[in-house]
Amino acid sequence: MDEGLLRELIPAVTGVLVRRGADFATAEDAVQEALLRALATWPNDPPRDAKGWLITAAWRKFLDATRAQSSRSARELLVAAEPLPGPTDDAADTLQLYFMCAHPSLTPSSAVALTLRAVGGLTTRQIAEAYLVPEATMAQRISRAKRTVSGVRFDDLGDIATVVRVLYLVFNEGYSGEIDLAEEAIRLTRQVRSITDHEETSGLLALMLLHHARREARTTPDGTLVPLARQDRTLWDTAMIAEGVAILQSALDKDQVGEFQVQAAIAALHADAQTFEETDWVQIVEWYDELVRLTDNPVVRLNRAVAVGEADGALTGLAALEQVDPEVPRYRAVEAYLRERAGDVAAAARLYAAAARAATNLAERDHLTREAARLNSSALRERGF
Amino acid sequence: MAKYLLLKHYRGGPAPITKIEPMDEWAPEDVDAHVQFMRDFATKLQESGEFVNHEALSPEGTFVRYGGEGKPPVTDGPFAETKDLIAGWLMIDVGSYERAIEVAGEYSAAPGPRGEPIQEWLEVRPFYGIGPMPDSV
Repeated sequence: MDEGLLRELIPAVTGVLVRRGADFATAEDAVQEALLRALATWPNDPPRDAKGWLITAAWRKFLDATRAQSSRSARELLVAAEPLPGPTDDAADTLQLYFMCAHPSLTPSSAVALTLRAVGGLTTRQIAEAYLVPEATMAQRISRAKRTVSGVRFDDLGDIATVVRVLYLVFNEGYSGEIDLAEEAIRLTRQVRSITDHEETSGLLALMLLHHARREARTTPDGTLVPLARQDRTLWDTAMIAEGVAILQSALDKDQVGEFQVQAAIAALHADAQTFEETDWVQIVEWYDELVRLTDNPVVRLNRAVAVGEADGALTGLAALEQVDPEVPRYRAVEAYLRERAGDVAAAARLYAAAARAATNLAERDHLTREAARLNSSALRERGF
Repeated sequence: MAKYLLLKHYRGGPAPITKIEPMDEWAPEDVDAHVQFMRDFATKLQESGEFVNHEALSPEGTFVRYGGEGKPPVTDGPFAETKDLIAGWLMIDVGSYERAIEVAGEYSAAPGPRGEPIQEWLEVRPFYGIGPMPDSV
C-alpha cells in the first residue's frame, strides 16, 4: 500500500465532508478514523477507488458520530447547515484546510499539530512520536486546536503567510520518528505551492530543498555536527540543489522579494560553492543586508556578522558583531569562531566553552565542547605538553 | 514547544518557606486532598496538551560505579544525609520558559495540612532540544 498516496487524499476527503454540510471538527475526526481503518485494512484488501472508499468510510463515521452525540441540537445544526457555496474543487478545499489549520488564533504548536493531521494525513500517534509526547497529550492538543477554530467559517480566506510560517516550523522543529518531518514539510509546501501563486511559498520550498540537500553532510551517521567548512560536499544532493535553485530563480524573477526567498538565496550561494573557500561571501553579505532590511531580526544580524567575517576578515566580522545584542542565542559561539580566525585562540577556547554551556541542544553542545577542546589541546601542544 | 522537567526534592534547594510535618502526620483528608491535587494536575496538563509524564521516586537510593575489569560494580549507600535527594518529577512540553515557570508555580500550590498550599520549591530544568545551528560556525 502506498501510504503517501493515501495521505495525499486526506485533505480533499475532509473538504468533501465539509461541503456536504459537516462541521470541520467532526469531519476531520471522521476522516482520521477512516484513515486509521484504511491503514489497517488496505494492505490485505486494497480498494479499487481509494478516494471514493475514504469518502464513504468517513461519511459513515461522521453520521455515526452525529447520531452518537444524541443531543438534538447537534442534529438540528447538521440539518440547518447549508452546503457552502463557491468552488468545490479539491485544490480550493485543500487550501481552505491549510488556512484553517494555520489560523492566527492558534498557538504555533497547535497549528503544527493540526496541519500535520488535517492536511498531512498523519495519525495522532505518528505526530505524538515526532514530537516526543504521549498520544493522549497530542490528541488533546489537536482537539483544543479544533475547538479554537470552531467559529471560523470554512470559506473564510486566510493569509498564506501564516500557512508558510507553520510549514517552516514543521521543517525545523521536529524530532525524527517513523515520519521524517523535514520531508513531510517539503511535501506539504510543494502542495501549497501547486495551488497558490505566492513567491514566498516558492522561496520557502527552495530554502527547504537547499537545506535538505546538504543533510547527509551536515552530521556524521552518529549525529555529530559537521560545520559547513568541513562538510564533504560530494554528499550534497545536487539534483535537489538544482531544483531549489530553479524554483528560487523563478520566484526572484517576479520581483516580490521576501524573507524566505532571501534565506534561500543565501543557501543557494553556499550550495553553489565547490569548496568552502570558493564561497561568494560578498554576495552573501549583500543578501544578509537585504534580510536585515526585511526582518530586522537579531539572529539575522548575528549570522550576518559571520558572513562579514568571511568576506572582509575576522576583525571586521567582530566589529559587525558589536552591533548585535549579546543576549541573542549562539552569540558566544559566533564570537568564538571569529576570535579564532582573528588569531586569539585562548579567548576563542574560553568562548567556545561558554557557548557550550549555553547551548540548547545536545549535538550543538557536543560540537562546541569539541571545538573548545581542540583549541585547548593545541595550545597545550604548543607549550610542549 | 520545549520540554522541561519540574523536579521535586526531598532535600536540597533553597530552605523551605513553610515547615511541613511529614505526610504521615497529616489528617487523612489532607492526604487525600494532596493526592487528588496531583492527579488533577496531571489531568489538567493532559487536557491542555502539555503533559509528557510524571514519576515519583522512593527515597531509598544507592550509589554505584564501575569496579574495574572483571570486578563487580562498587556500591555505596544508602546514605541518610545526602545533600540532594530527588523525590520525583513532572515532565511538560510547553510553548515558553514563562509557561514552564507558571506551571511550576501552580504545581507548588499543592495543598498540605489544613489545606494550606505547601509552597515547596520545585526545580525547573530545560531539556536539550533541537534546532538548526548557523551554517558557518
